[in-house]
Amino acid sequence: MRVFNDDKWLNESLSFVREKRDIASKKLDNWEQLRELASNIKAHTITHLDNYLEEFEAKALANGIKVHWAVDAKEHNQIVESILKKHNAKKIVKSKSMLTEECELNPYLENRGYEVIDTDLGERIVQLAKQRPSHIVLPAIHLKKEQVATIFNEQNSDATYLTNVARAQLREHFESSDVAITGVNFAVASEGAFVVCTNEGNADLGTSLANVHIAVMGIEKIIPNMQDLGVFLTLLARSATGQDITTYSSIFKKPSKGKEIHLIIVDNGRSQMLGSEKFEGALKCIRCGACMNTCPVFRRVGGHEYNYVIPGPIGSNLGSSRNIEKYGKLAFASTLCGSCTAVCPVKINLHEQLVAYRGVYKLNVKESKDRYYKLTAKILAKPKIYRSLMKLAKYMPHWLYKRAWGKERVAPKLAKKSFKDYYESL
Amino acid sequence: MKRVALFIPCFVDTIYPRVGVATLKILQSQGFEVVYPKNQTCCGQPFFNSGFVKEAKDLAEKFYNDFKEYDYIVAPSASCISMVKLHYKDLLDSDKFSEISNKSFEICEFLHDIVKPESLNVSFNHTIALHQSCHGLRELELATPSELNLPYQNKIENLLKLIDGLEILPLSNAQECCGFGGTFSINESEVSKKMGYDKLANFKDSGAEYLVGYDNSCLMHLASLEPELKSLHVIEILAGVANESI
Ligand code: SF4
Repeated sequence: MRVFNDDKWLNESLSFVREKRDIASKKLDNWEQLRELASNIKAHTITHLDNYLEEFEAKALANGIKVHWAVDAKEHNQIVESILKKHNAKKIVKSKSMLTEECELNPYLENRGYEVIDTDLGERIVQLAKQRPSHIVLPAIHLKKEQVATIFNEQNSDATYLTNVARAQLREHFESSDVAITGVNFAVASEGAFVVCTNEGNADLGTSLANVHIAVMGIEKIIPNMQDLGVFLTLLARSATGQDITTYSSIFKKPSKGKEIHLIIVDNGRSQMLGSEKFEGALKCIRCGACMNTCPVFRRVGGHEYNYVIPGPIGSNLGSSRNIEKYGKLAFASTLCGSCTAVCPVKINLHEQLVAYRGVYKLNVKESKDRYYKLTAKILAKPKIYRSLMKLAKYMPHWLYKRAWGKERVAPKLAKKSFKDYYESL
Repeated sequence: MKRVALFIPCFVDTIYPRVGVATLKILQSQGFEVVYPKNQTCCGQPFFNSGFVKEAKDLAEKFYNDFKEYDYIVAPSASCISMVKLHYKDLLDSDKFSEISNKSFEICEFLHDIVKPESLNVSFNHTIALHQSCHGLRELELATPSELNLPYQNKIENLLKLIDGLEILPLSNAQECCGFGGTFSINESEVSKKMGYDKLANFKDSGAEYLVGYDNSCLMHLASLEPELKSLHVIEILAGVANESI
């Protein structure tokens, strides 16, 4: 990975968000109990996922929501397209949804002649810049306001001014779109209702103006009941940005008169994680982004370096689970400092999962350096050989260190007398 | 008398032997019989963390056999101890794991939680900044990680309070990773160095004379980037050997 060109600024911006999260979380005396509770609710839900999905579907259908199931990204995109066709829709406003990024819905629809407008401000910026989001909560965090001004073709780089420019443009799109697509933060099984959280109200405006609302969710978004929702809403915004709650937390239960709500429930590889003691915990993720803000590697390289739709510690795990050959290397791009695990509101053991994926990677991908590891392990298993080699290590040429550690570093000096020598001379 | 087995990781043995000596001396002075099992090599962490699970398993078994007969296993390396204490659960059967896990301690943790000395009769007339390495912090809980909403405690600071003349100066981002990460420092060399330089800059800003930690691997990484760095393991101060040669 390469260090971001302005890593100091990126690091400071993300550290600032982490600090706000610390302040917000420390205002709640029961924060650690809430994390434990949230983790348990999710773990319970995941082990009974089939039941909760069935309960949810039945209730949602009874509420008048049209429920669709998609095995993978392709089917998800096809279902969206079929709904658009049925309504003869051409223009879509979309609020933030990492699932649609995962399924590459935008290029799919654009290639077929549809106009898709991302309405979250950060998403809109990266859309206009023809980039991908670099963070799941702060999609344009890698761009400075001067760069945003250039993307908007504006001279004035004042943040409020630029927001107003975007707002004016987006309003026209809102008013002229046929369909609104949103993600889903939580789907409440007992109610057959789903919850969408935004800070800008863009999901609400889009769905209020368009006649058709298509919401898309991964199977892991299910939670049992409204009480549980309280736990997650308490944790989500505080973990994400340090706010007490997202500005808009809207519950969609049934379509208004003359309108339609479609909900697409997507698997796309998630069910593979079910039943795996080591890895299914990743399905607890509520996509708050806290593990990215705290990650010392993420803060220095930015999200794009990960080359997976979801960056940072959780993304390295999800990518590895999706395709170990292709994304397994990401599991190695961590110092295993464990800050992600400590910050995660649903207590996913992120850094331990990264280590476990390294094991899976090594079973699947052979590299030439493997033989050094294996040889070293063999030597370490034989104390006598190890000891005699350690004596020789004193004469280990400098260039060997240089090769492993690079030119910029000064190799450590070996002591004249090892501890063992000292101990034996006592 | 309780028998303590010393586990001295390879880099401490060969590069920082004084840290091993400090560990030995302080334990002896507290009345323990201290043994250095001579067959010991490596806990296997570099292999486990690089995905070589089979190799790590073999070394974990070896570690178990080398150390099982002792009452306590103590090492001056938080990272290696967190491997034994926590991550051997993936490598050993559950009986062996709980046996070895329960009696393994990082030296400061051992002093703080088991020995509980009231005084050490040591003075160190210098200013220090404390680098709180990750595994000791977030896995062994030597201090409260800033991510958690728990009452603040810091076992290292508590122990250093026993030292006359020592002053701990605040270090910004004291709990942030220094960028070592074992083979991470080779695989992701650029990022590792960047994190290291940031840590060194914070240390410089602290104005302290010494950077003090409980993991020599982190200090070795930082010293490779700044050869002038004055760094010490906490135990060298606690044992009063910080300025002695062995
Ligand atoms: S893994 Fe945890 S911290 Fe990271 S985005 Fe998911 S819920 Fe948030």
